[in-house]
Amino acid sequence: MPLRHDLLAWGRAHRYPHTLITPAFRDEALRALPQLPTETRWLPRGLGRSYGDSGLNADQLLVDATGLDRFIALDVASGVLECEAGMTLADILQLLETRAAQAGGSPVWFLPVSPGTKFVTVGGAIANDVHGKNHHRAGCFGSHVRSLKLLRSSGEVLDCSTTENAELFAATIAGLGLTGLILSAVIQLKAVPGLWLETEDVRYGHLDEFFSLSETSRADWEYDVAWLDCLASGAALGRGVFSRARHVAWPAGSTPPSVRPAWQPRFALPVDLPSLALSRLTVGSFNALLWHRAPATPKRRTVHYDGVFYPLDAIGQWNRLYGKRGFYQYQCVLPQSNAPAAVRALLQAIAASGEGSFLAVLKTFGARSSPGLLSFPMPGTTLALDFANRGPRTLALLTRLDSITHEAGGRIYPAKDGRVSAADFQQGYPQWQAFARHIDPRCSSSFWRRVSAPASS
Amino acid sequence: MPHPLQRVVIFGATSAIAIAVARQLAAENAQLFLVARNAERLDSVAADLRVRGAARVDMAVADLADTTRHAALVAEARISLQTIDGALIAHGTLPDQTQCERDAAVALQQISINFLSPASILTELAAVMAAQGSGRIGVIGSVAGDRGRMSNYVYGSAKGGLGVFVQGLRHRLGKQGVSVTLIKPGFVDTPMTAHIAKGGPLWATAEKVAADIVKAMRGGKATLYTPWFWAGIMATIRNVPDFIFGKTRL
Repeated sequence: MPLRHDLLAWGRAHRYPHTLITPAFRDEALRALPQLPTETRWLPRGLGRSYGDSGLNADQLLVDATGLDRFIALDVASGVLECEAGMTLADILQLLETRAAQAGGSPVWFLPVSPGTKFVTVGGAIANDVHGKNHHRAGCFGSHVRSLKLLRSSGEVLDCSTTENAELFAATIAGLGLTGLILSAVIQLKAVPGLWLETEDVRYGHLDEFFSLSETSRADWEYDVAWLDCLASGAALGRGVFSRARHVAWPAGSTPPSVRPAWQPRFALPVDLPSLALSRLTVGSFNALLWHRAPATPKRRTVHYDGVFYPLDAIGQWNRLYGKRGFYQYQCVLPQSNAPAAVRALLQAIAASGEGSFLAVLKTFGARSSPGLLSFPMPGTTLALDFANRGPRTLALLTRLDSITHEAGGRIYPAKDGRVSAADFQQGYPQWQAFARHIDPRCSSSFWRRVSAPASS
Repeated sequence: MPHPLQRVVIFGATSAIAIAVARQLAAENAQLFLVARNAERLDSVAADLRVRGAARVDMAVADLADTTRHAALVAEARISLQTIDGALIAHGTLPDQTQCERDAAVALQQISINFLSPASILTELAAVMAAQGSGRIGVIGSVAGDRGRMSNYVYGSAKGGLGVFVQGLRHRLGKQGVSVTLIKPGFVDTPMTAHIAKGGPLWATAEKVAADIVKAMRGGKATLYTPWFWAGIMATIRNVPDFIFGKTRL
C-alpha cells in the first residue's frame, strides 16, 4: 500500500504519512480487518474534521469509513433512524428536509444534537461524542444513540447498547475510534415544530453579562452560544454577541422563502492563504466589526437552520485561511463554580499574548451526562478558540492556557487537540485507564500514543 | 417535457455510479429494479434507496457474466416495473492489463463481461422497449474505448466495441421511440479508484457524474462525456498522430 501524505486533520498543523483502505461495504470491512498484518495499527477515519491528531495515526493505517454511507431504516412515526457509520449529518438533514416537505401529518424530525458543521460522519459524531448549541438541554450526541454495531480487529461484530456489551458501548461513545470500527448506529431523532428557527442576537459588553444571559435564556431557548471578541480587554473583557434560537414552524398565512441549504460547500478555498491574511490587525478589525455590527437592542428573526447552525459550511476548506502551517484550536471546559474566574484568566492570558483568534465561542454546558466514558462536557462553561500555528510561540501560549484549565479542574476536548501533555490529559480524564481496557488491541492513534504515555509532572 | 424515468432497471446496481444514479431517482420517488451479484450488498443498497424515497425496490441476484439468465432477468424487471421507463447498464470490471497480456483466457473473460454481457442484455431490453414504443437506455462505456492504449487496450477494446454496438442500437431504436445513451465517465472518485490519491480538477464525484447521466438519459443524448471537459480531452487524444502517440506510455 502506498504511503500517502495528503491525509490531514482539519487544523492542518500535523503532517504525517499514512496508508489508507476504503471499504465500500460492511462485508468488505469485515474481511479486510482480520487480514491486516499483526504489526499494523489502524484507526477509523471519517471526514477528517477533528482538528489535531486524535484522528491521525502517523506511519500507520487509516480505515476510511465514508464508503459506508447507507441508510438502513427510518421509522417516520417514532423518529428512529438506523444508518451506516460513514453517513454524514448533511445527508441525514437533506433526507429529513425532503421528508418534512412530503410529511402530511407525520412529525417533522431533526438531529437531536449537531456540532458546528454538518460535514461529519455519524461514526465521527459518536467517536467524539460531539455536542451542540443545545447541550444544556440535550446533552451529547451519544445520549441519543440507542445502539451500534462495532467491528473489532478479530472480525467479530458486537451489538452494543446500554443493555448489551454496555461497557464497550460506554467506551465507544467518545472513544476516539480506538475501540474498533463502528459499522452502523441507531439514533433517536427529535421531533420539532418545523425546520425554521426563531433567533435572537444579544450584544453584551462584559463577561459577567454572558453568564447572566446564559442563565436567563435556558428556560425558553433550546440553543445558545456566544461569539466573543477575545482581543477586547479591561472593562470590555469577554464582550461579545450572545445568540439564541429555538425551532418553530413557519408562521401560518405567509409563504416561507425558498432556501437552498449548502448540502455541498458553495465554493472551496483552492489554496492556502498567505499567513499574513490573519494578522492581529485583520483579526482585531474583524472581531470589532462583528461586535459593532450586532444591533444594540436584540432583534428577532425567523430563518432557516442551515445558516444559524452551520455558517462556515458554505465555504469548503475554510481551514486554509490559516496558511500553510495550519492552526490549533483550543477548547476546554471549566467546572461551573470556577468558570467565571477561569474564563477571565484565560481571556486575559490570550489578550496579553496578542495571538489573535478569528473565532472564539463560549457556551454553558448543562448537567445531562453522556454514557461516554471519555466524554468531554461537564456542567460548566466551554471556551473554544482558533490560533494560527506560529510554532513554539503558539504552543507556549496553549501550555499557559492548559495550566489555567488544569488549576480550575477543567479539561481539554480531544477532538480539537494536537498537543496537550499526558499529565494534563490524565488529570482531566481520571477514567482514562478504565477506558484503555476496551481499546481494540490493533487500534491506535497519534493522540493516544501521546496522552497515554507515562505522565511526567 | 423531460422523460419521467419513474420505473427504472439497473444492472450492476452496487457499483458506485449506479448507486449514485439510483439515489437521485429514489429521491424523486422512482420505482427501481436492481440486479447485482452480491446479495448482501444489494440488500443494503435497496434499504438505503427505500429510506431515500424510492416508491418500491425489487431485486434480483445474478452474475451478469452468465448470459443465459439475461432474458429471464429482463422479464423479471418487466413484471416488477410493468413499463420500463429506463434502464442503466452499469456492470463491468477494470482488469489488470498485464494479466490480460499474459493469459488469453483472462483477456477473453474481460472482453466477455465488458462487451458480450451488456450486448446480450441490450438485445433483450431492446425487444421490450421497442414493443413499448418508449424508453431510455443508458450504457456505461469508457473514455478508454476511444483509442487503444498500451496501458489498458483489452478493457478499452471491449468498451470500444460496446460503443459501436450502442451507436447502432440507438440508430435502430430511435425510429421506435427509444433512446440509447452511451456514457463515458472520466476519473470518478469511487472504490474502483480508491488506491489513487485524489484531488485536482480532473476528478469528479459519483454524485456529479450521476446527475449528468440522469439528465442525458432524460434528454435522449447520444453520447455523454462526464464531466463535460472529457469530450475535449478525448478528441485531442484520438487525434494525436500515431508517430507521436507511439512515443507515449499512456
